[in-house]
Amino acid sequence: MSIAAALGDVQRDNLQGSPQPQRRGHFVPYLLMLPGLLWLGVFFVVPLVTLFMMSLQTAVPGGEIGEYEQTFHFANYVDVLTDPSYYTPLFRSFIYAACATVLALLIGYPLAYFIAFKSGRFRNLFLIMVIAPFFVSFILRTIAWRQILADEGPVVAAMKWAGFFSDGIGGIYPSAIAVVLGLTYNFLPFMTLPIYASLERVDPKLVEAAGDLYAPGFTGFRKVTLPLSMPGVVAGTLLTFIPATGDYVNAALLGNSKNTMIGNRIDYAFLNTNDYPTAAVLSFVLMACILAVVLVYVRRVGTEDLL
Amino acid sequence: MSAVVESPTPAQRTLSAPTRVWRWFGSNVLRLYAVIAFAYLLLPVVYTFAFSFNDAGKSNLVWRGFTLDNWLNPCGAPEVCGSLVNSLAIGLIATAVATALGTLIALSLVRYRFRGRASTNLLIFLPMATPEVVLGSSLLALFLNLFVPLGFWTIVVAHIMFCISFVVVTVKARLASLDPRLEQAAMDLYANEREAFRRITLPLLAPGIAAAALLAFSLSFDDFIITNFNSGQVNTFPKFVYVSANRGIPPQANVIASAMFIISLAIVLIAQLVGRARRKG
Repeated sequence: MSIAAALGDVQRDNLQGSPQPQRRGHFVPYLLMLPGLLWLGVFFVVPLVTLFMMSLQTAVPGGEIGEYEQTFHFANYVDVLTDPSYYTPLFRSFIYAACATVLALLIGYPLAYFIAFKSGRFRNLFLIMVIAPFFVSFILRTIAWRQILADEGPVVAAMKWAGFFSDGIGGIYPSAIAVVLGLTYNFLPFMTLPIYASLERVDPKLVEAAGDLYAPGFTGFRKVTLPLSMPGVVAGTLLTFIPATGDYVNAALLGNSKNTMIGNRIDYAFLNTNDYPTAAVLSFVLMACILAVVLVYVRRVGTEDLL
Repeated sequence: MSAVVESPTPAQRTLSAPTRVWRWFGSNVLRLYAVIAFAYLLLPVVYTFAFSFNDAGKSNLVWRGFTLDNWLNPCGAPEVCGSLVNSLAIGLIATAVATALGTLIALSLVRYRFRGRASTNLLIFLPMATPEVVLGSSLLALFLNLFVPLGFWTIVVAHIMFCISFVVVTVKARLASLDPRLEQAAMDLYANEREAFRRITLPLLAPGIAAAALLAFSLSFDDFIITNFNSGQVNTFPKFVYVSANRGIPPQANVIASAMFIISLAIVLIAQLVGRARRKG
């Protein structure tokens, strides 16, 4: 599948250089790339700079709502980061995203293993089933979860039948559990596909050799298959964790006011209260935190298991 | 001695407890696990599809009975088809531009060695690693600063921006797997560089470009967060569904989503069958 292939390529590209020959012509590649890179420059890099400048603005004294001037007011960052109505959702976002990433790994790794090694000739069909949810609008799928988890829905009915909830008490939607379940669900294919892509490339002969060397079954998996699939695990966890941290659709549709994530705050500050500097500060803090978490994670996993 | 005869063979002795659990897990539990995982993945899809047949009236939250009316009259609810047309138009324009720009970048990255190649790779990778809410809000900050009116074209610009990277990665994967000797062979047979590219490389590259275009279209069609920041008053299909979530989504939205699901599935299955037939033929 294209996504799996694409992710696989990212990994492969990191491992070895491309085998293509060198070409002459100094300006041809620049000319070919110019329109695309210009687009990314103007609509990705410049906006990030603009957003940073915006995070240092303050309201025009006596001006209207939404009027700001450039004052390089770095204290904006302090103001936002000491306000519990902002740092709580920020902290919550990372907790929810971490829970969703772990859950997606627990569901996605065995699923990818099953597709790679146990699915026989139905492998492609199973792969299509993994990406099939993408073909239905992601908002509608999240709303479907709202119906499935609602008090009158099948899950609560089944749990009541099994005796988990007594009548009138409890429920799943809206709650933190529903938000985490929704996040896990929405990013599960992003976890499964890269793990599949790296498992698929594990040479069965290596596992066989491990068996011959008295490392059958579980030991063989732990010593051979698992380390070889680590690039996929790293790619999958990043592809789940990063978008899950910034997501606000699941929190908005499956949670209540106690489950707001940082994305909800950014969206609200930007589009509802026109508090642009606060929204910009939150965006940058979010990016910085994600970057820090990702760097620590990649370094840990990278040195202990990859090398 | 009998004790020696009955002692386990070396192979059996090495089967430790975790290994036996592992074997059993591999044969039984894994299969069951996969069934549950697929159920989790596909349950909301089934739900969306089922509720497109709901005789919903005002709110499509509870099952009220089977009807074909929604399918026979998919534009029956206000704004459903309007927002769908917007999404399709935005998706087509964004796909065309992003595919062209991304393919050119992929060609330079794979076929040339040049100064700044590593930083180009980084610039391609960064938008994919940035949370959507940051991409959307930063672009809105730019549009606000330049007093650009939000609407159809700002959505198109945003979608092209985040689709380019995915196109580059997908086309690069295909390009890297092509054998450079094919093009050299064409040139040995007196094709010039341009002819060799047009008649050898481009046809071989076509499936990769098609896959990239499909990926770009589905990303654009399904995007909500970046669109929500940069759309102004214009409705796209996901935005329409999100906005109407609290006052009840018309069942016609489920019809549109189910129809898109069937069409996408058909495209993927046909591509699979064509690929298989070609490999056999």
